[in-house]
Formats: sequence, structure tokens, C-alpha cells
Amino acid sequence: MDVSELTRKRIEELLKDGKRMDERKPLELRPLSIELGVSKKAEGSARVKFGDTEVIAGAKLNVIEPFTDTPDNGALMVVAEFWPLASEKFEMGPPDIQAIELARIIDRSIRESEFIDLKKLCIKKGELVWAVFLDIYPINDAGNLIDASAIAVMAALQSAVFPSIKGDKVQYGEFTTKKVPLKDMPVVLTFYRIGKEFILDPTTSEEEASNSRLTIAMTFGKEPYIHALQKAGDEPLSEEEILKVLSTALKEGKKIFEKIKSQLK
Amino acid sequence: MAYKRPDGRNYDETRKIEAKVGIIKRADGSAMFSFGNSKAIVAVYGPRQLHPQHLQNPEKCLLRCYYDMMSFSVAERKRPGPTRRSTEVSYVTSNALKKVLKLEDFPNSVIDVYILIVEADASTRCAGINAASMALAHAGIPMKELVSSISIGKIGDAIVADLTKEEEDYSIKKDGKEIKAATDIPFAFQSRSGKISLMQLDGKVSIDDLKRAISLGKKMSKKIIEIQTQALKKVKEDKK
Repeated sequence: MDVSELTRKRIEELLKDGKRMDERKPLELRPLSIELGVSKKAEGSARVKFGDTEVIAGAKLNVIEPFTDTPDNGALMVVAEFWPLASEKFEMGPPDIQAIELARIIDRSIRESEFIDLKKLCIKKGELVWAVFLDIYPINDAGNLIDASAIAVMAALQSAVFPSIKGDKVQYGEFTTKKVPLKDMPVVLTFYRIGKEFILDPTTSEEEASNSRLTIAMTFGKEPYIHALQKAGDEPLSEEEILKVLSTALKEGKKIFEKIKSQLK
Repeated sequence: MAYKRPDGRNYDETRKIEAKVGIIKRADGSAMFSFGNSKAIVAVYGPRQLHPQHLQNPEKCLLRCYYDMMSFSVAERKRPGPTRRSTEVSYVTSNALKKVLKLEDFPNSVIDVYILIVEADASTRCAGINAASMALAHAGIPMKELVSSISIGKIGDAIVADLTKEEEDYSIKKDGKEIKAATDIPFAFQSRSGKISLMQLDGKVSIDDLKRAISLGKKMSKKIIEIQTQALKKVKEDKK
């Protein structure tokens, strides 16, 4: 928590009147942009910007022997690398808890919503399946890395195609036109509590001033469903707060879902 | 047809709970907590001096939680050492406990909480938090309230308490395909304020399901607090 006490108080005071330092409303997001095809070598890739926050995510596909407990399922692996190029706070070395938590939240959002149809990634039961590797690299951390990374991953997946295979070897560099089989796209939304107010898409100082956060992964098929939750941060939340956040999440999540869809067209 | 639990339990019934305080003599505080075949043992050391010095905080004590599973606690041997999962569980556990402790009473020091799972049959992070909460109290660390943790699940359409591994993996056959039909929602509640200090979810639920899960969690947490308190009182009596 590096934000100065003065700034923290100012952020808190402003929010009591529903205001923010950058003149956004509490639930207002910074401008979102999605760019596909960042790396030609990747089976799918995307760059997402939320204001100054920038994240690149890529999808690589490979064929592997399936795990013994799921012989007819493809494999999914999500990893985030917080390289020190994105923030003076990041350090070289093995992933720390921030990077691990972010990757695991996104992993669960994809897995539990069944966004990727892992059953369809089976080539030969018990012998050969597709493995999808999703790697996340923050480029500039200006707050809200979880949500930005999630959008980057979902966008990379929507653009991903299978590479061609010969026998049980992937012919890297040769792409087919076949898309990775996907279902309803999950939206990952993180609410940050500052004082007693909740906001979306925080800046770095807002993130540092927050005392609690709640991440919600939802899908908007025929009915809205919640697929993953993660409460983090120092302060606990009351039942009323959680219920309020959840109903707001369904409303705001739907809006972002439409926004992402329209940008990916 | 309504969901029948494999072990015949009611929806709002936990497995057999065992709770014991003072199981590791050398530690400053220790406890064991189990839900059926999910068993956690915890040792607390501290408050003690924190090294290296640059980690010290002159305003408050640092709380460090370490969660791991014994290699033979699961069906397929778990390679010893931390994993991505255990790192995350350690982190959410520390968040779940942090705010009930008066950490500002012990500047520049550290409290280490070591949580080891002896036997795993789902809900291990909940067993770990319950044991840790008792062990912290046993260590005599000033606490504002206890923390009690329970996993609530949605299985088929039923909202049930304290899932087993078998229930966590519950699936239904639909159009000849196996479909996963279980959602796991671990909670931790603070005993006095009733505030929620841990909530995670894996699966698929509607907002109404989640409301039901929270209220069942709240109800179950009261029972667990009762058991934790009894176990703590027993130590006091034994000392007399």
C-alpha cells in the first residue's frame, strides 16, 4: 500500500460523494480497446487496454497425452508473468502470489464456465488431446490487471485457430482455419471497496487505497450464472454488501459483455 | 428427484467434526480440526521477532500463514513443497484470519501459522482455517472474535453443507455425456460481526443459489464456533 495517507483520504472523501480523482463515476470503466493478432506465431493473441493499463495474452496449442483422471478431456493451463517492465513493484523470479492468484482466477473462470469445450479437444481418448496454454503478460500496470487480463485471454481465445498436425506432432507455423471450440464467454469483474464504497476499474492509487475486493466471473447465456468468486483484501465484507455487489455485477457484467462482443466483431 | 447424499447426511449436516487444542507442545499454540476424513493440524509460533529486519512493520505484527498437504494425504502422491494452489490457499487463509487479530499490539514482530493437511477429503482449507483460529486463540494472541469456516455446495439443485471429495466431483448424465453438477463455495465467517472474510466459488450458480448458500453457511458457522469454543474451554479446564 504505497499510496500516501493524504491521497487515500482524498480518494475516500471524493467517493462519499460518488466522485473519483479522474472524474469517472464509481462504476465507470476507462476506455477499452482490444487488438487481435499481436503475435503471428501464436495460435491466438490479443492486446487489451483499459485506459493506461495494458496487457498482452497469447494462446498456444500443443498435443499431449491426457491426464490420467481425464482421459477424454483437453488440457488448459493459464499462467501470468508479471515482468518488471510493467511496474516498479514487480520483481524478476518465480511468480509471486499476485501473479498466481490472477492466473488461477482466470483459469477457474474459463474452466467452470466451460468456455473452452475441453471434451472437443480430445483427439484419441487416453492417448492424445489438445492442450491450450494461455499466457498473460502485463505491459503497463495502471490498475485493474485481473479484469484486463481476463478480457485479453478471452479475446485471444476467440481468435485462436488450431495449428495443423501430422501424426502426433504439431506443425508449428502452419495454421488451419478451424477455431477453438468455445461456448458462452465469461466476463470477469472485480469490485474494489474503498472506505465503504465500491468501484470498478481502479487506477493504481485507487487499488492501493482499497481495503477489500471481490472478483466475480459470470456468463450471460439464456440465464445469467456465476462461475467463480474470489474475495480478497484485508477487510471482511458483510452479507448485505456481497449481495449488493452481486446484483450490480450482473448488470454491469452484461454491459461489458456486450462491449467486448461489439469490439470483437 | 431430490438429491440424496452418498453418506446419508442431511443437507445441513456436517461430517463428524473433531476439534482439539494443544496438540503440539513445542508450539506457542496448536490445534487440530477435522471434517470426517479431512483433517488439519496447525501450529502457531509467535509473536516473535521478524527477520530479515526490513520486513518489520513498526505499526503492526505480520501474519504469515503457510498451508500445505502431506504428500500422502491424497489419492495420487502430491509432490512435497509449495504449489500454485497451496500458495493461493495460504493467501486467502491469511486474509480470512487477519482482521480478528490485534496485530497492532505487536509491532515489528511476526506470527507464523503452519497448517498441514494430514488427510484430505475436500474442505481442507476450511478445516485449516478452523484449526488456525483455535490455535491462535490457544497461543494467547489477543483476538476480537473467532473465525469459523465451512464449505457450502450446490449439488444438482440442492444446497448442502460440508462437501466430500465424492460430492465435489458429482456429475449427472445428460444426452449420454457426463456433466459436472457440483459447485463448491468455501466461506469463513467472523464469529461476532458475522462478516465474511473468505468466499470463493468454483462451478455454476444463480444469484438465488448463492443467497441460499450464504445463509446456510452462516447457520453452519454458528455450530462450528460452538465446537471451537468448547475445545478451547476444555484446555482451560485441563490446566486447572
